[in-house]
Amino acid sequence: MPRSLTKKRWKLSVIQDWQLYALLLVPMLYFVVFKYIPMYGVTIAFKEFNMFQGIWKSPWAGFDAFREIFKMKDFYKVLRNTFMLNLLDLVISFPAPIILALLLNEVRVKWFKKGAQTVLYLPHFISWVIIGGMVYQLLSTNTGLVNILLKSAGVKAIPFLTEPAYWVATYVGTGVWQNAGWGTIIYLAALTGINKELYEAAEVDGAGRLRKIWNITLPGIKPTIIILLIINIGHMASIGFERPYVLGNPLVTDVSDVISTFVYKVGIHSARYTIATAIGLFQAVVGLVFLLSSNYISKKITDQGIW
Amino acid sequence: MKRSIQDKIMDSFILVVVTAASVLCLVPILHLAAISLSSNGAILSNKVTIIPVELSIMAYEVVLKDAKMIGSLFFTILLVILYTIICMIMTICAAYPLTKKKLKGRDLFLLMIVFTMFFSGGLIPEYILVKTLKLTNTIWALVLPGMINAFYLIILKSFFSSIPEELEESAKMDGSTHFGTLVRIVLPLSLPVLATLSLFYAVGRWNGFMDALFYITKAELYPIQLKLYQLVISNQMSDATATEGLTSTAPIPESLKAASIMFATIPILLVYPWLQRYFISGIMIGAVKG
Repeated sequence: MPRSLTKKRWKLSVIQDWQLYALLLVPMLYFVVFKYIPMYGVTIAFKEFNMFQGIWKSPWAGFDAFREIFKMKDFYKVLRNTFMLNLLDLVISFPAPIILALLLNEVRVKWFKKGAQTVLYLPHFISWVIIGGMVYQLLSTNTGLVNILLKSAGVKAIPFLTEPAYWVATYVGTGVWQNAGWGTIIYLAALTGINKELYEAAEVDGAGRLRKIWNITLPGIKPTIIILLIINIGHMASIGFERPYVLGNPLVTDVSDVISTFVYKVGIHSARYTIATAIGLFQAVVGLVFLLSSNYISKKITDQGIW
Repeated sequence: MKRSIQDKIMDSFILVVVTAASVLCLVPILHLAAISLSSNGAILSNKVTIIPVELSIMAYEVVLKDAKMIGSLFFTILLVILYTIICMIMTICAAYPLTKKKLKGRDLFLLMIVFTMFFSGGLIPEYILVKTLKLTNTIWALVLPGMINAFYLIILKSFFSSIPEELEESAKMDGSTHFGTLVRIVLPLSLPVLATLSLFYAVGRWNGFMDALFYITKAELYPIQLKLYQLVISNQMSDATATEGLTSTAPIPESLKAASIMFATIPILLVYPWLQRYFISGIMIGAVKG
């Protein structure tokens, strides 16, 4: 197609659909300003950034920042902690909603199922600050309800929040608490898509309940499981800020300091913008690599992918 | 159909597990509520579990008389309303045009949006942007950077796409403009998903405190979660670590901390059941198509 013609078509289309473009204008501006300008801002990692000069005018510094972070001991610590906590989340928190959804799916009493769902979704709507408050109320060594009950049962109090190994368990446990119920929604949605006739056919063949779950229900939600698994693996390198920040305390920094809290400490507290940006960029790139490779592998093995 | 004994055992097992999970979800909240309603004496002697002991609403009276707490509450309500309205307008404005397949440049716009879901500039470039725009210590630092959630945008777009095209075509025949069709046909048909997304945006804002921690230093602009963080967590952290030899700040009575926490939780507990049926249908659509 000649160039002038394409141009003309573009013009025509913009004139015809000007209202649609007008609607899109401000949202796209939002993405440019608040998403793409910060992406350009990652060049701070390669500059000797100075707030007064701005990103553009600050002098280039090459890979100095990266050389520096790879020399930092704390960097390896937070990297290890991020992967460790995410891996535990993947192993423990990921299957929890699947199991819960399978159980809920087998509940035949309608009102009970609905009531249970209402209660199970609730923690998802509670903020990490509040969960943090609850955790301290329930688990602190001297005044926490759980330890009071343990002590009255003659068991030694457990230092849930102050001993690294227990702290990790607490971290993972609160994650399950907040999200297991909510996570079932997506699986329950997938379950409604399974053909009912399959179950009838299996019954005729004499399949028991477990057999049906194993041979029909699970394969039915397999695509959903795989997609969520890819997304989760893709997020291995990135970690939310609020959960480790709220639950962490000075006694467990060896396990609770993660990339996000470290970037906050180094960048915003100590104003070492270049170093903090470099760490953030490192995390984003590793995350992207994880996402792309898990998607690629999954496509090879199961023919399923996010794209 | 007759059910075998094996079947019945399994049913009971499932009921027990689901009940246990539900109870586990409720106990922390009930315990906190009980603490907030008990006398300090009862709390200190460790008598309170999930039922208030020596019922007292003192803590709530203290919280309600605390001008800073009330100020923070009203600021947060204002913030949540403003934020949710802006987010919804922006998300609708973006989602509707993107459902139009013949819109030139649509694929590019979509790609630009989806890309932001997988890669971002990160904390520091965003922080510097907000600082450069001079938004720190204004309400806008808590509104503008998160105006559109790309994932919610995709959910809304797929819902809009599921509305039969004939409806929009016939409106067009009757001389309706794009704006008119959106307002009079598409939006009224999308109420469940609009309610869902509003709830998500509102809860997200109500619960968020990370951005406030970064951008807000003026006490009048503290959202409730940041206020709570300082009141409850920093305080409790020093309590928890005090026994291990770290210094503790002046203690705040447990009932007061609990009452403050409940104070920030109750609004969610009140709205949540009303919107539940909406968000389930809303998320189903997003999940199945998304």
